[in-house]
Amino acid sequence: MGSIARIEVKDGNPVAALQDFCARLLADGDIAAVLAPRRLPAGGGTMPALVADPEQFHDVDPLAPSFRLNAARMLTRLTRGADEGGLVAAFLRPCEVRAFIELCKLNQGSMENTLLVSLDCPGAFSNADYTHFVANSGDTWSLVKFLRASGRGTHGGMEIARACRTCEHSTGAEADLSIGLFGQDVAQGLLLMANTPRGEGFMTRLGLPEAADDGARTKALEELLAERREAQEQMFAETTAATSDMTGLSQFLSACVNCYNCRTACPVCYCKECVFLTDVFEHKPWQYMSWARQRGALKMPTDTVFFHLTRLAHMSTACVGCGQCSNACPNGVPVMELFRTIAASTQKAFEYEAGRDPGEAPPLSVFREHEFTELTGGQD
Amino acid sequence: MTEKPREENMQELIVTPETQSEPMPGAAFEPAIVAFVCNWCTYTAADLAGTSRMVQSPNVRLVRMMCTGMVDPKYIIKALLGGADAVLISGCHPGDCHYINGNYKARRRVKLLMEILPRFGIDSRRIKLTWVGASEGNEFAATVNRFTAEIKELGPIDTRRLPLL
Repeated sequence: MGSIARIEVKDGNPVAALQDFCARLLADGDIAAVLAPRRLPAGGGTMPALVADPEQFHDVDPLAPSFRLNAARMLTRLTRGADEGGLVAAFLRPCEVRAFIELCKLNQGSMENTLLVSLDCPGAFSNADYTHFVANSGDTWSLVKFLRASGRGTHGGMEIARACRTCEHSTGAEADLSIGLFGQDVAQGLLLMANTPRGEGFMTRLGLPEAADDGARTKALEELLAERREAQEQMFAETTAATSDMTGLSQFLSACVNCYNCRTACPVCYCKECVFLTDVFEHKPWQYMSWARQRGALKMPTDTVFFHLTRLAHMSTACVGCGQCSNACPNGVPVMELFRTIAASTQKAFEYEAGRDPGEAPPLSVFREHEFTELTGGQD
Repeated sequence: MTEKPREENMQELIVTPETQSEPMPGAAFEPAIVAFVCNWCTYTAADLAGTSRMVQSPNVRLVRMMCTGMVDPKYIIKALLGGADAVLISGCHPGDCHYINGNYKARRRVKLLMEILPRFGIDSRRIKLTWVGASEGNEFAATVNRFTAEIKELGPIDTRRLPLL
């Protein structure tokens, strides 16, 4: 357990406190810029912005329940290669931290070049729902009310995204520093927790008052996890039942139009060039004709089930469950449900958990001499 | 005689489960099995079985790869979705890989697919991984015969008749 400090909140506005915290991080000589969610015009939610000017934190809002994209990929762009531009402090949700760790394992980013700051994540609304949330309750008071619920319940009759309701990784403990919100009165103060030696170093330099976890956070977290695990089990059971054969899977994916938005939005779909966009899938007319003749009819565009099964095989062991695939789907295909359900079993099969530990190699990049011999009838 | 366009020629050459002629009504089910075999061990064993005139069922279509380590999961998925009744992946015995460790990687990939495909109703017995060394022609013939018999018992794969998306 690392040290804990307290971030004072003035005028009941936790967002302003975190803006001030960002400015203090930037004032530290080691930090060249801060990557943090920043408000878009007209209540459109937040998007990551790289802020290099201490006067420009006024629109930064790491607490807004808006999650338009997974910023892990953005951070890889800022950290890959040698440390040239200085350290970037990055405010990420826990699932973004874990996706970033997965990408660093594939040498697409570097943990060396960043200070990861995460938070107790209460979850976020889907892009569509966030607009309604802001329209009905866009003020600081509504946000405080949302945060005080510590990830539970409904908000103006609306629920956070299903990926968040079924998420069991809500604390950001994998980051260097994390902000404690659960069980806290966020209108009064927030906790700052150091999880790594690098985090400890920055915390000491920031000179914040020491604090202790009074148990309220642990209790709120336990309650939240119990609720979320139950929702997760239910989601797994529902999805498994709906896709238990190929007919079921086809029905499950029937609204898919092969736009591949899910793949674009997926932070851990790590290929530089997707095979589904290469010549391999530029079938000749005779090939389509042949398939159509064989089965009598061919749905166009074709290869829909093939695409999703291939993606499951390629990245389910790296899936962090952020739900951006479903967020990006224009046709309401329950992609997240399918991927999380399968990812749970593929990750278990290799005793792996995506994003848990930067030192843990991706399961398909390594092997052991004596393993899975049941596949070859015990032959080793 | 005018020469056909190259692609039409190709179409005739491609023997997939779909392009084989419809069985006569009442005829016994003949499975189509796609086998990805490595150049150095199992393909050589298949060659040996052939030149030694060993009797083997003709249901297996070999795809010769340089190594089982280059069998991407999507090849196996494609074969099964395309109507192959089963897929055999066969390479060198552990420790014998021409490329040192390709077969270990193949084993992990097969393990991965075993976690995915059976969840969607594809019987795990339709995917088989074996190690057959270059000198084991008899073992190759036996594997092919055994596997074909198993798949005959299992019956045709669903994806052959389903209107897949």
